[in-house]
This record gives sequence, structure tokens and C-alpha cells, in this order.
Amino acid sequence: MNPITNPESTTNWYLFLSCLLFSIGVMGVLFRKNALIILMCIELMLNAVNLLLVSFSAYSGNTDGQTFVFFIMVVAAAEVAVGLALMVSIYRNIGSIDIQSLNKLKW
Amino acid sequence: MESTIVFYLLSALSVISALFVVFSRSPIYSVLSLIVCFFTIAGHYIMLNAQFLAIIHIIVYAGAIMVLMLFTVMLLNLNKELGTHKFNLTKLMAVITGGLMFLVIIASVKSSSLANYQAPAYLNIGNAEDIGMKLFTDYLLPFEISSVLFVSAMISAVLLAKKEVK
Amino acid sequence: MNNTMNLLTMITPAMMIPIFPLLGFLILSLFGKKLGLMSGWIASMAILGSFLCSINLFIGLEGDQQLNFSIFNWINSGDLQIEFGFLIDQLSLIMLLVVTGIGFLIHLYSIGYMHHDEGFTRFFSYLNLFVFFMLLLVMGNNYAVMFIGWEGVGLCSYLLIGFWFKNPDYNNAAKKAFIMNRIGDLGFLIGIFALIFHFGTLDFIDVQNQLTGFESNAPILVFITLMLFIGATGKSAQLPLYTWLPDAMAGPTPVSALIHAATMVTAGIYMICRSNLLFALAPYTLHIILIVGVATSLFAAIIGIKQNDIKKVLAYSTVSQLGLMFAAIGLGAFESSLFHVMTHAFFKALLFLGAGSVIHAMGGEQDIRKMGGLSKSIKITFVTFLIATLAISGIFPFAGFFSKDEILAKAFEHNLLAWALLSISSMITAFYMFRLLFLVFYGQFRGTEQQAKHLHESPISMTFPLMVLAILSAFGGFFGLPAVFDSTHQLNVFLAPIFNASKLVTTEVHALSHSQEWMLMGIATFAALMSIFFAFSLYIKKQQLPENDADLTGFSKIVANKFYVDEFYHKVFVNPIMIISDLLLVLVDKLIIDMVVNLTAIIVDALGRLYRLIQTGSTGFYLIAMVLSMVIVMFIQIIL
Repeated sequence: MNPITNPESTTNWYLFLSCLLFSIGVMGVLFRKNALIILMCIELMLNAVNLLLVSFSAYSGNTDGQTFVFFIMVVAAAEVAVGLALMVSIYRNIGSIDIQSLNKLKW
Repeated sequence: MESTIVFYLLSALSVISALFVVFSRSPIYSVLSLIVCFFTIAGHYIMLNAQFLAIIHIIVYAGAIMVLMLFTVMLLNLNKELGTHKFNLTKLMAVITGGLMFLVIIASVKSSSLANYQAPAYLNIGNAEDIGMKLFTDYLLPFEISSVLFVSAMISAVLLAKKEVK
Repeated sequence: MNNTMNLLTMITPAMMIPIFPLLGFLILSLFGKKLGLMSGWIASMAILGSFLCSINLFIGLEGDQQLNFSIFNWINSGDLQIEFGFLIDQLSLIMLLVVTGIGFLIHLYSIGYMHHDEGFTRFFSYLNLFVFFMLLLVMGNNYAVMFIGWEGVGLCSYLLIGFWFKNPDYNNAAKKAFIMNRIGDLGFLIGIFALIFHFGTLDFIDVQNQLTGFESNAPILVFITLMLFIGATGKSAQLPLYTWLPDAMAGPTPVSALIHAATMVTAGIYMICRSNLLFALAPYTLHIILIVGVATSLFAAIIGIKQNDIKKVLAYSTVSQLGLMFAAIGLGAFESSLFHVMTHAFFKALLFLGAGSVIHAMGGEQDIRKMGGLSKSIKITFVTFLIATLAISGIFPFAGFFSKDEILAKAFEHNLLAWALLSISSMITAFYMFRLLFLVFYGQFRGTEQQAKHLHESPISMTFPLMVLAILSAFGGFFGLPAVFDSTHQLNVFLAPIFNASKLVTTEVHALSHSQEWMLMGIATFAALMSIFFAFSLYIKKQQLPENDADLTGFSKIVANKFYVDEFYHKVFVNPIMIISDLLLVLVDKLIIDMVVNLTAIIVDALGRLYRLIQTGSTGFYLIAMVLSMVIVMFIQIIL
């Protein structure tokens, strides 16, 4: 069963897969306290969305979806660069990247 | 028939590696398993006839982003366990919330008309020429602006990470 | 065809008339600091430009031609369309010439009078703004545009009365003028609303055209005209709203001359003349106007006898003369009223400017008890002041004689009692004006040594306007020679297109015979000469001086205190309002409103204290809250 030649049967599977990956990413963000791992989970979520876009693109026979994926990659790369720089500077100031130690946002 | 097997295999691998990213105790293992996950996603791209994107994906994610992550882990010497994996209320909440998220997303997808979507006939898409045409005609302006985004990201990363002069 | 072409070419100069002073105002207020003494000349040139444009129009419009054009559609609300447009006809032309002509002379005078003042530029920018609004008032082709000008001149009057704002008394005078005017303006506004309600338009000509079907004394017309008249009493200082005008003398003297004598205070008369057909169809209102006019004229004249401030005397005489003009309107003699507006503008502006020159020479002294014998040291001022005094007293052949005599003749035709009272008022006017003249210019100098040395004639920029106005005061009356002199009444002929319609509806009393007219003139002149002689015997022969305020007794004390009208208003209107507002302050403001406000604050404060417990500062908790809310939102969306 080729997913390309037989679209109806597999669209749902790709949907299901990317939803699962996305939810794992969300859970990871909530579950872990290490800011670096949280960043990685965000990457995972972005990739789940990318996968969905590519599958839509394939099924609709339209390249636009893939172009969007391209732009998402651009944004993701920029985000990682800034995020890691933030992490380094936080680590330098606090000596830890545990999000529990970042609790200045309270009354 | 082979493609179906490959699909299930890749899917299983990506889900398992993704779970490993979340639950691994050491950040290094998390990073490595995320790389594995990205490779499987690249495999999905090839299956979906998006070869160009698959290559780009590997270059950007596995080649650049994950290397950056690894370097950060090593430079900051983070490869030690932060806290314990004791199962406390926050973690329970996290798992429940993640599960609820999954359910809600699936439910919304099901309730949408997407499930009954009838695809048009397959066209020859996904090669470099095709995407290049799109990028340099319809999406020229966003494409150019993304370079500005890169420059600003680069500058801000340098500014944030450099040591303060005292 | 040729005529319409001719009219179209007039639009540009007509537009330029108000634009010049507006530009002057903008330049002076934006770049005033850098201009210094130049600003006076810029302002004067702006008014001169308007004056020349007005003359251009005056020459260009022939016969009963009028220029009526709209600049833009201003208010567009349902059936009501109000255009921002100008109407130039014979009536507005007369006013334009008076406003810009006298305005120019007074600007010129102010350059000399104000040149020591630190607010020199500010003064001229206000003056230009005033002229701009006055021109709007005069040129507007509907009541709404007129109302802008009406309010604008009120504002400028306020600004200029309180020009020396460091003195709290002057500020109070300015506020008083403004508030008194507001009371009148409310009446005017109600009148305008009634016009909209009843006629659906504010355009002068449209309203006039719709009036043809109305009966005389239709209730709605009486109501509208009464309301408009209340507006006029405020602006033109009639009983009972006149009290602001004497206080308005706190402003610089050129302001008193321009605003509170020659132009602004005649706006009420202009407005009534503008709607003459409306008023002619409401004889009840005309009757009330006659009563108010006569009463004001007499009342103010009596107060004028006992005033010792040179400007206050002139102020009360202005109120009295305005009363005379309203009396003329009440008699249905609109053009006589307008004639008196014109001559009064000449001689009263001259009187005020002369008073300014005297004050200038005396170094700021305004009390006539401390002057005297000035005729030797300030000759030009004295001669011009004498001409103006003769004019206002109604001595042949000065301007005031003709206009006043015309009104008295009209009164004699219609109402003997009114004629008698107005004649008495004119007599009193002649008396107190000559009292002023004798006390200021004759006898011994009663000021200090220092003032005696300081005495000097004013510079040429001040005396030139005096001389021009003196010529106008002397010969201005020949515009309207009565029929007895076998000549045409040029002003009446010129204004005929305006008042033709209302002439048809007013009941025409048989014209006086020539012998009667001669007799009336004789009586008026004799009465004026009598009072002059009386003043002469009191203040020159007996060298009598006005008593100090403390020595006054009986009736003269009441008169010197202006019949206690201000005190009466204070007791009856101001005090109760103060009490009510104190009550409201304690009951409503402090108790109810403050409680509501504070209660809101307390509730918000308590809720804030409660909600801040949620803010744990733990990032993980925030993340879970965020995702959970997203889940809930999506869940709700799916259910719906």
C-alpha cells in the first residue's frame, strides 16, 4: 500500500503520527525542568507540524506546503540560535538552567 | 506493500525516539535520540516524495541545530542529572495535560472535514526545481525577509552570549 | 450675463477679507517672539488688506446686487443642510467697512499705545483674531456661521479684557463678561434651534423667503424673536445683562474702543437687522425691545452722571447709546438704528482713543478727579475729544446729531412717551459728557507734581487715528441727511434692498411734516445746549468737584453705586448658586460619587490580593496552565 498512490487510506495515519509527535513534545515541555530539553521538545513540536504540512502538500499535489516547511525551518534555526544564546547567558548568571530556579516572576 | 512496512517501521521509530527524548535521564541521550527522530522524519519526507526537503531537513536539523545543542550541553557541562525523577504532582499533571492535548487534537481533526479529504491526482512535486520556482516567484518577499530574520537572530545571539565587558 | 460674471470675480476679494486677519493671527501666534515690534505693523497691514477688499466690494456691488456663495458643506445631518457660506449685501458691507476701517485705525493706534507692554505681540494676535471672528459674524450667510463669529468675538473679548491676567480683578471682569454673554448666547442658541425646528434651514435668505405665509404675531415668530433678542441683550449689554460692559473696561483702552464700543457690542443690532423681516412680523417682541431699549438708555445715562473713572463714564454712555439703538429697532426703524451704529462707532471709538491718549499722558491715571486743565498740554487730543463730545451730545452738524435726531423723530411718530424718555436720556448724556470734558481738560491740574512733568502729547501713530476719526465724527452724519434738508438720505437708499420687505409689514405712520421735524431738532438742540450750560456752570464757574465716595448721601449715593445692581445679582443669583454647589459638593460629590469611586477601588484591590496568590513564579506551573487553557478552549470549540 503506497501512501502516495492510495491517499485515502494513509492521510489519517500521517495526521495521527504528527499529532502524537506534537503531543509528546507538549508533554516533554511540561514534564522536564531542564530548559535545554524543553527547547528540544519545542523543536520536536515544530517538526510534527512540518511533517503534517509535507503530507498535506503531497496529497494535494501542491508545493506550497513544502515552501512553508522551508520557512518554518528558517524560523526554527533562528529560534534555536537565540534560545541557546539565552540559555548560555542564563547559565552564566544563575549557574543553572533549571526552570524551577527561574522564579522571579512572582509577587 | 514494502512502503507500508517502511511507514509503520519509521513511525514506530520516531515515536519511540521522541519518547526517549522526553524521558531520558541524561541530556546527551536526549539530544542523540532527537537526532534519530529527525532522521526518521526525513525518511517520512522521502516517502512523501519531498526529497529536496528531506536533504535540507537533515542538513539544517541534524547537521546544524543538533550539533549546536550538543555543543551547548558540553560547554555548559550539563550532562548531569538535574533533580530526581521522583513522580510528583507536577509530572502527573504534565502527563495528563499532554494526553488531553492529544485527545483534543485528534478529536478536532476527526470533527473537521479533513478526514474525508479527497486528494487530486498526484503531480510531480517536491523536487528542487519545483520548490525553487515557488520560492523565487510567489514567495520571493518572505524569502528575502527571512534573510533579515537570520541576520537579526545572529546578532542577538552574539550579543546575548558574549561575556560582559567589565 | 455681464452682471453674474462681475459677481463671480468678487468672490476672491470677499474670501480674502476674513483670511487676512486669520493669517495675521497665525503668523503672530506662531512666530510672534521673533517679530517684536514688527508684529503691530503686520497686524495692521492685515486689517488694512481686509479694508481695501471691503472697499473693492463696496465699489463693485451696485444697486441691490448681493453676493451669496458657499465655501463648503459644513453640517450635513438628515434633512438639515448647513453650508459654510458668506453673504455680502448692503447690510454686511456697511458693517464690513466699519469693522475693518475702524479696526485698522485702532490697530494703528495700539502700536503707539501698547509699545511698552510685554504682551505686545499677544495683544495684536488677539486683536487680529477678534477681527477675524467679527468678520465671520458679519459675513456669514446663515445663523450657524454667524454663531461661530458670535462665540468667537466673545472669546476674544474675554481674552482681551483679561489681557493683564496678573491682576485678579481683571480676570474676574473677564469671567463676568464671558458668563454674562453665555446667558445671552443660550437664548440665541435656543432661537437657532427653534429656527431649525420650524423652518428646517438657517440660511438668512431661505428663512426670509419662507416668512411670506406667516401672520403678524404668530406665536412661533414671537418666541424665536424673543430668544434672539435675549442673545442680543447679552452681546449688546442691555438691561438686565449689561453689567459686564462697565467691568470690561479692565482691558487695554484700544480694546475698549474696538470691541466694547465700536464693533462687538453692535453685533446684537446687526443680528436683529439681519433678521429684520422676522422681527417686523413680531410686533410684540418689537414692543419689548422698545421698552428694554428705552429703559437701558435712561438707566445707564443716570449711572453715568456719578462715575469718576474716565473709562467707566464712556462705558455707561456706550450702554446708554446701545439702548437708544435698540429703542430704534423697537420702533421698527432698523435703518436709523444702523445709522446710529455707524456714527456711534465713529465718535465712541474716538472718545475711547482720546481717553486712552489722556490716560497715556497721565501715566495710567483714570480718575477724573485727579486730572484737569489738560487742554493746554495735549492739544490734538483735546480738540478731537471735543469734537467727539459734541457729536455724542447731538450738536449740529456733528454726526451724532443726525442719527440721534432721526431716532427721536421716529419715536415722536410712534410713541410720545418713548420720545420723552429718550430725549431726557440724551440730555443727561450731553450733561455727563460735558462734565467729563470740563473736569478733564479745564480748571486746575489736580494730579501729582510728577504727573504734571510727565504730561505730553501722544506719538503720531496715536494722534493720526484720532484725527481721522474726528473728521468722520464731524461729517459722518451727512451720509443720512433728513428730508428737511432737501437732500436724499443716502444711507437709507443704499440699505433699501435689505429693509424693503419689512417695510411692507410694519404699519407706516404718516411722515412728520417739515415744520414738526424742525421743531424736534430745535427741542433736541436746545435740550443739549441746556445741559451743556448746566455742566458749564457747575464745573467751570463753581469749580465744583465730584465728592469722595464716602461723602455721598441719599439718591446720589445709590447712583454712584450703580443702583446696587451688581450687589443685587450677587445676592439673588450668585449666592444661591454657591450655596447649592456647596450642598452638592458635600452630599453628591463627597458622599455618593466618592463612595462609588472608592468602592470600585476597594473591590479591585481585594480581588488583586486574591489573584496574586496564583502567581507562584514557577515557570512549570505557568506552562501547564497555558496548555490546559488551550485544551479547554479547543474542547469548547469541538463541543460547540
